[in-house]
Amino acid sequence: MKWKTNILALPLAAAFAVGGLAAPAVAQTPKSGGILKFVVPDEPPSFDGHRETTFALIHPIAPFYSVLIRPDPQDPDNPEKFQCDICTEMPKPTDDGKTFTFKIRDGLKFHDGSPLTAKDVLATFQRIIFPKEGISSARVAQLAMVESVTSPDDKTIVFKLKHPSGAFIPALAAPFHFIYSKAKLDADPRWYEQNVMGSGPFIFDVREAGARITGKKNPNYHHKGQPYLDGFEAIFAKTQTLRVQAIRGDQAAVEFRGLPPKSRDDLVAALGKDITVQESDWNCLLITSPNHERKPFDDARVRRALTLAVDRWGGAPALSKIAIVKTVGGIVFPNHPLAATKEELQQMAGYGPDIKKSRDEARRLLKEAGQENLKFTLANRAVDQPYTIVGTWLIDQWKQIGVEVTQKAEATGPFYAQLRSGNFDVALDFNCQSVVNPLADTTKFLGTKAGDQYGRYTNAKIEAIHDKMNKTADVAEQRKLMRQFEKIVLDEEAHNSISLWWYRIIPHRSYMKGWKISSSHYINNQLDVVWLDK
Amino acid sequence: MATETASPSTVIEDIPRKPTVLGTLGAFCRDNPLGAFGGFIVITMCVMAIFAPLLTSYDPTDNDFGAMLSAPDWDHWLGTDQFGRDLLSRIIYGARTALLVGFVSSFVGCFLGLILGVTSAYFGGRFDLLFQRVMDVFMAFPLIILALAVVAIFGTGVFNVIIAITIPVIPRAARIVRASALAIREMPYVDAARANGFSHARIIFRHMMPNVMAPFLIILTAQVGQAILIEASLSYLGLGVQEPVPAWGLMLRGGAQEYAESAPWVAIFPGLAITLAVFGFNLFGDSLRDWLDPKMKT
Repeated sequence: MKWKTNILALPLAAAFAVGGLAAPAVAQTPKSGGILKFVVPDEPPSFDGHRETTFALIHPIAPFYSVLIRPDPQDPDNPEKFQCDICTEMPKPTDDGKTFTFKIRDGLKFHDGSPLTAKDVLATFQRIIFPKEGISSARVAQLAMVESVTSPDDKTIVFKLKHPSGAFIPALAAPFHFIYSKAKLDADPRWYEQNVMGSGPFIFDVREAGARITGKKNPNYHHKGQPYLDGFEAIFAKTQTLRVQAIRGDQAAVEFRGLPPKSRDDLVAALGKDITVQESDWNCLLITSPNHERKPFDDARVRRALTLAVDRWGGAPALSKIAIVKTVGGIVFPNHPLAATKEELQQMAGYGPDIKKSRDEARRLLKEAGQENLKFTLANRAVDQPYTIVGTWLIDQWKQIGVEVTQKAEATGPFYAQLRSGNFDVALDFNCQSVVNPLADTTKFLGTKAGDQYGRYTNAKIEAIHDKMNKTADVAEQRKLMRQFEKIVLDEEAHNSISLWWYRIIPHRSYMKGWKISSSHYINNQLDVVWLDK
Repeated sequence: MATETASPSTVIEDIPRKPTVLGTLGAFCRDNPLGAFGGFIVITMCVMAIFAPLLTSYDPTDNDFGAMLSAPDWDHWLGTDQFGRDLLSRIIYGARTALLVGFVSSFVGCFLGLILGVTSAYFGGRFDLLFQRVMDVFMAFPLIILALAVVAIFGTGVFNVIIAITIPVIPRAARIVRASALAIREMPYVDAARANGFSHARIIFRHMMPNVMAPFLIILTAQVGQAILIEASLSYLGLGVQEPVPAWGLMLRGGAQEYAESAPWVAIFPGLAITLAVFGFNLFGDSLRDWLDPKMKT
């Protein structure tokens, strides 16, 4: 069926087009041995991948686990190249695209020596998709198309969907879907929050709270000959200066999240050929979320005025020099087939080519709403890159239409506690996803139904459009519906406004080989294909 | 019998003249040139803070992406930061933040410390014993640690930073003032006031507090410099005032780390402003102590 090819190819179709900025690697034979040291900006809140959504978990913990499927580590943004990790081959959908049957490899073992079977995979995905009360799963919404997961025998796992969906395979390949031991989950469903025991390329070795996590090579890893490294050391370093200096002083080879352009330039100037830079558009964006339950942000005119004031086209070139943002875009990953073109963007509030005209309209709307002297507090995360930098820029943009804004930047914990409680005026939130998958990634904009949308709004119209978009197999129709969805979210109702899409820059020591950048800082961190050319 | 009577004019000459304000200032400057220099820095800061809009033509929060990280030149005497904001304007306006936080937190903290210290000394006994142990608990924490804890509880922002700095100042001021008040408590005029049936409040506020003003002023001036330093530290750590408010510590945090090599002016000038301000207040405070301390005069 024609739709299958199209729909499965769609989610990542553009990512690879912009992700390959790194110099093409000359094929080399990987060398075994050595310890990879890398810096991580933050510590994981827990060790449970099913619950968490942060790179702080993925970077130090993903190497300990296997997943069912994953993007190809050597071509992580290619939509045609999802590959099996513990399954034997990527399945062809049956039952009109509604059933996916995976066969599990023979001889898989957890690090404690117990066998890994389809029953463990079943327990894992039951926990992720249909979590029991008291269990927190962060990606229920993205796998909402799954009707059931079953395991007819120890080697087979079957996913049955409610309707055919091109979003399923990319959603299944999320790197957070660690395969857990059924025995451990049966004994204590929350065991994995505080413990690590997987079947991945590395075995958990040491954790020194606040300092580092180390792993040693798993000699029984199911990808033969891998991992190449003897082990890894994830070093926690909260300040960016410290992380850059660690790379510069060769105390670490890389930081996998991303550094700003200035740090890249400094490292290149200081290290020359000893540093290699990989860059990519980043499947992350900052979202301004007005609290719809608080006046005057319940008024669409005020929300529209705030987005109209922002000069995205003018700000992007300058901000891209000082922050990890670069691209002007709508709600879909830039350059993706479902993303708005520049001409389409320019039809929406806040994206017009004439900023003076936009700001005049913003002032008119504020006057009409009786909010000419609007003052509010912008709730933000106390993280420089890119939160406070973009926040500071937005405050300057809003000042141009006479709106006075105070920034309140808080640590991640208190910041999200504030957002969840609804005690804020306007918040600067983010939407970072792993595998580029717009049909699932845009669930963030569904309002309170999304679960992680703090704007506290509901809109039946956009829910209906999104549902329809997910059920249609016609890409042209999906695109048309996406424009309608986007127009309501960003323009007519201005439920959210988007600042700029992020841009990922990874300068790493040239001796680190085998690692390829992707459009997500969550992807490609199992480290089984990484090796050191020393 | 010859008698000598002092003429009225001779009597008048024997009474020392009350020194004028200018005369006192002159004497202070002559005796304490370093203190005078400190005072000059303090006054310059105050002038900068009060007349900031007249001293610069740039708005300290205006972004100018056409002038990002410009080196010092005729347009921007101290250069610009990563948002293209004029550093001179931000330093001048930053004096407002520094002085607001410095003066308010020091004055409120020292004043509360004054009341508590004198009261503790006046009542003595178990009250004094218990109260001083509570002060010991607070003083066991370094000033910056206690301020960090307070900010962690109350959150960031100018008002909360003032609270965060005020609280640790109170026990320090109370302890110093109490030491002087203990001696004053034993003075005959305090006994006389008690014998006359004056209320405790009247004795504390009208008879004891005015007599511990010298140590109070000294601790006050010393704490302003400390408060400025703590405000800068908290802002540098991201726990003080927030962007885009012009504040020296925040300026060091913002771009100074990242651009220290390629645009050193982003780090140098705010750092210099903090150094000078603290240096000025400390010099002034030390000289004031020397000048007011009768033992130092001998």
